[in-house]
Amino acid sequence: MRTAVILLALLALAAIPGSLFPQRNVASDPAAVINYARENPRIAPWLDRLGMFDVYASSWFAAIYVLLLVSMTGCVLPRSRRLWQSVRGAPPPAPRNLGRLEGHRTWDTKQEPVEVIATAAAHLRRKGFRVVTTGEEVRAERGYLREVGNLAFHLSLLVFLVGIAAGRLFGFEGRVAVAEGGTFANDLSQYDAFTPSAWTDVDGLEPLSFRLEEFDVSYQTSGPNLGQPTEFAARLAYRAGSAQEKTITVEPNHPLDVNETKFFLTGNGYAPLITVRDGRGEVVFTGPVIFLPLDSSFASDGVVKVPDAQPTQLAFEGFFLPTADIGPQGPYSAFPDALNPQLFLTAYTGDLGFGDGVPQSVFTLDKDQLTQVRQNGQPLSQALSVGETMRLPGGQGSLTFDGVSRFANFQVAYDPGKEITLVAAVVLMVGLTASLVIRRRRVWLRLRPTEDGGSLVEVARYSLTRREPPPDEIENLMAALHRPDRSATASKDAPA
Amino acid sequence: MMFDAQTFAQLSNGLVYSAIAVYALALLAYAAETAGRVATTGTVGADSQARSRLVGAATIGAGSPDRSRLADAAPVVDDPPSRSRQLGAVGTSLTVLAFGLNLGGVVTRGLAAGRAPWGNMYEFVLVCALTAAAAYLAFLSRRPVRAFGVWIVAIVLLALGLAVTVLYTPAGDLVPVLDSYWLVIHVAAAITAGGVFTVGAVATALFLVRHRQERRGTAQEPRGRYAASLPTTRTLEQVAHTAHIFAFPIWTFAVIAGAIWAENSWGRYWGWDPKETWAFITWVCYAAHLHAQATAGWRGVRASWFALAGYAAFLFNFFGVNLWITGLHSYAGV
Ligand code: HEM
Repeated sequence: MRTAVILLALLALAAIPGSLFPQRNVASDPAAVINYARENPRIAPWLDRLGMFDVYASSWFAAIYVLLLVSMTGCVLPRSRRLWQSVRGAPPPAPRNLGRLEGHRTWDTKQEPVEVIATAAAHLRRKGFRVVTTGEEVRAERGYLREVGNLAFHLSLLVFLVGIAAGRLFGFEGRVAVAEGGTFANDLSQYDAFTPSAWTDVDGLEPLSFRLEEFDVSYQTSGPNLGQPTEFAARLAYRAGSAQEKTITVEPNHPLDVNETKFFLTGNGYAPLITVRDGRGEVVFTGPVIFLPLDSSFASDGVVKVPDAQPTQLAFEGFFLPTADIGPQGPYSAFPDALNPQLFLTAYTGDLGFGDGVPQSVFTLDKDQLTQVRQNGQPLSQALSVGETMRLPGGQGSLTFDGVSRFANFQVAYDPGKEITLVAAVVLMVGLTASLVIRRRRVWLRLRPTEDGGSLVEVARYSLTRREPPPDEIENLMAALHRPDRSATASKDAPA
Repeated sequence: MMFDAQTFAQLSNGLVYSAIAVYALALLAYAAETAGRVATTGTVGADSQARSRLVGAATIGAGSPDRSRLADAAPVVDDPPSRSRQLGAVGTSLTVLAFGLNLGGVVTRGLAAGRAPWGNMYEFVLVCALTAAAAYLAFLSRRPVRAFGVWIVAIVLLALGLAVTVLYTPAGDLVPVLDSYWLVIHVAAAITAGGVFTVGAVATALFLVRHRQERRGTAQEPRGRYAASLPTTRTLEQVAHTAHIFAFPIWTFAVIAGAIWAENSWGRYWGWDPKETWAFITWVCYAAHLHAQATAGWRGVRASWFALAGYAAFLFNFFGVNLWITGLHSYAGV
């Protein structure tokens, strides 16, 4: 037990640094560790060497819980054997000196010993005790379930670990943003981010596809929480395997679930609808472009890349404001809903850099070989309302802001160990409660003949748990014995 | 007459402020009772001193659970002079009244927002204060623990004071991700456990104080007198144990329900978010406490420190993490 206490204390201590330092593969902000390292260049490498950015996957953390589980198994298995023996065996004989036990009482009686013993045994059986009797003794015990609960609880911790391991070895997590009207097919190439586990079957992802038909969001338009979202709903048309297409509304806490691959709605934003024409006057791009929100009023930034434009490739960079307004510091968004949407863009020409084969983010521009478009010596910059067009000087092309649509961000998760973990958690909960609430105890009654032909009755009890047994148990037993006629009738309906 | 949300919100605020005022009066009454009890402890003197030594010896001597009932025969605190006892009774009545007002404040808050009234930190603290007071009153109805009153009421007052000054948020809707049925269950369980843990922590701390005094026999000295006026270590230990045994499975359930909620919202049931991490640390501390209580040589004083560490972790999770560390949970809003 001392080992268990020390290891548990170590486990608690070891978990602390993970809440103080940013963690890889954990935090809501994937850049947290990188940012921390940039701000603390001196200590970050040392912290990293100690595993401080990966506490819960570090070997020292694993060492503690593995030792704990090993020691627990070593502790609990012998206990299981003893429990098995005691469940099969009878309650043990009374100790020689009952007077040293709790609740010890004695009195004289003229009743027949057989009758006293039968009455006491019947009473105790009715109270749920397991009872054996001899000529002069009643031995009773109850609360075996406490030990069963304790064992089930401890062993469930092992099952728990199996469930966690299954998820860690076979599951995956991913993220994808889809604009209204856009589609997604469950293939590695379609994810914005994908984190497989050691043995994830990346070629065997669940066959499914969906189209985001519509994304609804509403905001509080008055009151103290003005601008706080009240509802998100993504309407999807999806097809699982070769089944018929179905529609579903995905909301927070209500994911799309296809055979345990789940799509959770975790974010949203705007995707302005844009049409770009190139220097030849041809439409080289048309559709939604995802702009990432920067704050709770959904001022967003994004880029438009048009590699197909001729004679020069085109790019645009800027802001989208759903409810544009001008403040002292320039344009800002006054409300998250699209009440007065505007795009603020600047333009670039030149080479987008796709040629060198290095994959690039759709949200940033590589400006190495791009030239900012200027007009009258100033960078060209324009605010567009819906329907307006930005024309580049010299007939290099144009961009039209056709309208506003939204995008939904899905967090994708597949964890095949989840059910195992849930079962373990339920067993843990039930076992723990049983082990803490049920009070295992023994009660003995012993008779000794006295000189005047009666008997001396002795009762006492012994608690095997730290919690006090029910206080009036002994008194009730005595009451049953002092009123033989009532107990006699009661003993008839007692279980045999 | 129809009440609208605004009226309920105002009513709730009024009730909370009244509860604070009445808790403050209860604190005064309890404090006066404590002062009276302490003042007379020295004069009851040698007799009670001897008895408490005896009790201490009996408690320490009894390694197995079949402790003698000697301790029950020594109700050291149960015979303070009547004026002090009356003050204690007044304190309890005021606590009950304040509890009622506190409850009213929580219920009207729920009516104002049209949902379970535990959706932001202000509301968590209101409900947690309520459950701590409830747990104390429940214990008081079966055991002589009035000596805790002054501490429980002080903690409750502190919590409510923080709630109305620092944490206040107007009644309103939840952000959609919090609008889940598992959240209601998860938070309710966490808050209930927290209230009961509070009583456990107070009993544990007083146990340590009392234990020191019994060992050193300092009832005559001014510093030892307060300790000597407390219930016996045996009573304190049992109250603490009962509280922990009751709260621990509820806390376990809260953590599991939280994991289920996280699974429903983000697709992963455990992510070592700071909030989850500290819930885990709390849990492990209390598990260590329960083991220590069953370990020879650790039972009693050493085991108590684990329980207090668990409570500290709980408090840190409640205040520290919500206010200082950001994570997915932080949009529960201050
Ligand atoms: C893996 C980590 C462990 C956890 C989370 C854990 C948790 C718990 C908890 C919460 C209890 C309280 C239930 C009660 O008091 O009846 C308990 C009891 C117990 N544990 Fe563990 N335990 C762990 C490991 C161990 C180990 C390593 C041992 C063996 C040395 C052990 C032996 C026991 C025993 C004998 C009890 C019953 C105590 C009593 O009779 O009051 N446990 N455990």
